[in-house]
Amino acid sequence: MSSIKIRSKRIDGKTQIRTLITHPMENGFNRDKKTNTLIPAHFIHTLTLVHNDKIVSTSYMGMSISKDPFFVFMLHGGAVGDTIVIYWEDNLGNNDSETHVMI
Amino acid sequence: MITSTRREFIKNATALTGYSILSGTGLLHSQRVFAEWAATNFEPSPMEQVLKNVLKGKPVIDSDKIYLKIPQTADNKTPVPITVQTDLKNIQSISILVEQNPAPLVATFELSSALEPFVSTRLKLMRTSFVFVLLETEKVFYGIKQTVIVSEGVC
Repeated sequence: MSSIKIRSKRIDGKTQIRTLITHPMENGFNRDKKTNTLIPAHFIHTLTLVHNDKIVSTSYMGMSISKDPFFVFMLHGGAVGDTIVIYWEDNLGNNDSETHVMI
Repeated sequence: MITSTRREFIKNATALTGYSILSGTGLLHSQRVFAEWAATNFEPSPMEQVLKNVLKGKPVIDSDKIYLKIPQTADNKTPVPITVQTDLKNIQSISILVEQNPAPLVATFELSSALEPFVSTRLKLMRTSFVFVLLETEKVFYGIKQTVIVSEGVC
């Protein structure tokens, strides 16, 4: 089960790419209520968007992005059968990727 | 591996291609060539320091051609949706900064020419603050700011 969901929609010759990633995005300031210790920071720092084997966007982010981050990008053009790959990496070295084929 | 159902087969096939596209084209490697995630920019630090790092000496011009959509009031615990859109041309990157957050730089989106200068996401706001959006072009930054009033502990 991938942590990434991708949806695409064509609007007036553009393609809207929406993505929802399941991730805790802990900023390192929250306390565990039971033990009263700080929860260590755990957040995605790099997100790469690939369209037909070409990197179209690289995003760098910090701990201020919300839990289960959601992003929308707009692509010029885009046709049926194009592939979108989204790849993320977090500060603990985890990563995941997901491929989406436009329909 | 023998897969029993069609659904499972498709799932496995797409999972495999996703990885092979990344590794095959060397993206997993070439990603390093892209400007590396600058950890220092995203660490808790004063706003002036972060601004200096982000701007790299380029001037900032206020622009009314940036359309920033963010609620004027928000709650401390809930994610705040933000949408940035512009008519300006040749935008290389979009940066979002929140002055009063412990780490002011929220995100930098590097956009190639294949993408519209548009981005939408959700942020966390700690307290009432200015939200800055900086759009990088080759020579200058275009900027816009808006205050968001954050109410704390409403219960």
